[in-house]
Amino acid sequence: MELPDHFFRHESGRIVATLSKIFGLQNIDLVEDAVQDACGRALEVWSRRGMPENPSGWLMAAAKNRAVDILRRERRLRTFSSEYGRLLNSEWTIGSLVDELTDPDAIKYDQLRLMFSCGHPRLLEEAQVAIMLHYLCGFSIKEVAQAYVSGVAAVDKRITRSKKVLASSGTLFDVTQRTDFEERLPVVNRALYLLFNQGYHGGSQESPVQPLLCREAIRLVGMLLDNPFGRTTETYALAALMHLHAARLPAKLSASGELTLLADQDRSLWDLGHVQAGMELLARSSSGQALTEFHIEALIAGVHASAGDIASTDWRTIVELYDALLRLNLSPVIALNRAIAISQSEGPERGLEEIGQIIDADRLQGYPFYWAAIGELQALVQRSDDAKESFERAHAVARNPAERVLIQSRIETLTK
Amino acid sequence: MSEFALVYRNGGEKMSPDEMQAHLKHCLDWFKDLLDRGIIKDPGVPLGPSGSVVVGRQGVVRDGPFAEAKDVISGFTLVQVKDIAEAIEIAKSCPVALTGGSVEVRPVEACS
Repeated sequence: MELPDHFFRHESGRIVATLSKIFGLQNIDLVEDAVQDACGRALEVWSRRGMPENPSGWLMAAAKNRAVDILRRERRLRTFSSEYGRLLNSEWTIGSLVDELTDPDAIKYDQLRLMFSCGHPRLLEEAQVAIMLHYLCGFSIKEVAQAYVSGVAAVDKRITRSKKVLASSGTLFDVTQRTDFEERLPVVNRALYLLFNQGYHGGSQESPVQPLLCREAIRLVGMLLDNPFGRTTETYALAALMHLHAARLPAKLSASGELTLLADQDRSLWDLGHVQAGMELLARSSSGQALTEFHIEALIAGVHASAGDIASTDWRTIVELYDALLRLNLSPVIALNRAIAISQSEGPERGLEEIGQIIDADRLQGYPFYWAAIGELQALVQRSDDAKESFERAHAVARNPAERVLIQSRIETLTK
Repeated sequence: MSEFALVYRNGGEKMSPDEMQAHLKHCLDWFKDLLDRGIIKDPGVPLGPSGSVVVGRQGVVRDGPFAEAKDVISGFTLVQVKDIAEAIEIAKSCPVALTGGSVEVRPVEACS
């Protein structure tokens, strides 16, 4: 029997959530040990005896046994979850209570509860995303560090600090109270948005795109939409923009790791399943009054998804949408994308003019596609020497081999 | 042909869930290859990490774990090969040895 991809990752996220409910967030270290032990047992036994019929059930049972051992050993030394504290202290009730709490019906909302706990308003956004990846998606500290191109020690410190905030909450977030849920939902949405963007735009040292992070963000946003309180127009818009962008991933990054920008992508490689899911979610997102940044980004992606190629794209609408987006968020990256859209509808000269007017453009100096966009437009107006210089600046700030290869090929075309 | 026991010790190295999955696949592939080549005499059994130790004439019973986590035997397999050199080559290719653990190669003594 073949395990699905990332089976241990997703199962460990599920088990961390359920054991956190039983042990309380103040004991998340114990939770991690128990999960590590249970997965270690699975590894031992499965590798020698072959795969069990129901690996997921096997793992949860192993985790449950570990949990009971730990509760017995530690109950005099620690306070466990205040939700069940008293019952966990009695030898008579430990076993049956843990059985009940790890039952498939009982664990249904545990991951959602942990996700909301991670979206604690006292944590920085980056910390929220880091602990979601660590606890819900089974990323080790090292893997989180790689995804964010930062040091292991720095991520370790961030997660250790976050644990203290989690510990102060004690019990997992209660997702049954609508007002509490709605109050924290925007924070959780924002964290998932950042996670997705890190995958879609934030290259690592190895790769310009990290599809794994995109997939995890889509998995987690799906959990939000599984809950009636989570089905807000804003969350629908967020899910729509994720699917519509994820659709392009197979064309954006080839199997051999080559990067292709939107203009040159082979659109027959776009994932139609994602396009369709994204369009449906987009339709659902428009039922309310709210027009959030997620809505506008999803609408822009929707325009691209409905166009056969660059030439037949409705650039005027895209420019209008970027105008609306800029009114909500005066970000230089958004302004850059708006300028590129203007160059498509009104010509390269106009594009260059708009790029020259970007507020806070100094924040784009380290962004390779800022220089590449300028170079592209300069080449179109026959300013080859300027274009070459721009691409060389892009090359200097490129973050990974695929970006460097892409930019190098432009320099070579100009030199010919 | 001679028989040897391969005795596994894990090393207690922590792995991330994705690394565990890769390791599991590696172990299963490794074992299947040995089975296909007819080398496995007895697949053995995995041993749990807890348990008890009974010591000496007084029959003192101590709780496990028995030693440092890295020293605990986690399982064994009996293989049938030409000589100890071949058994050692198999042990070298064992994923347990490649991820911080160890594999002890011991001859099975004949009764006659």
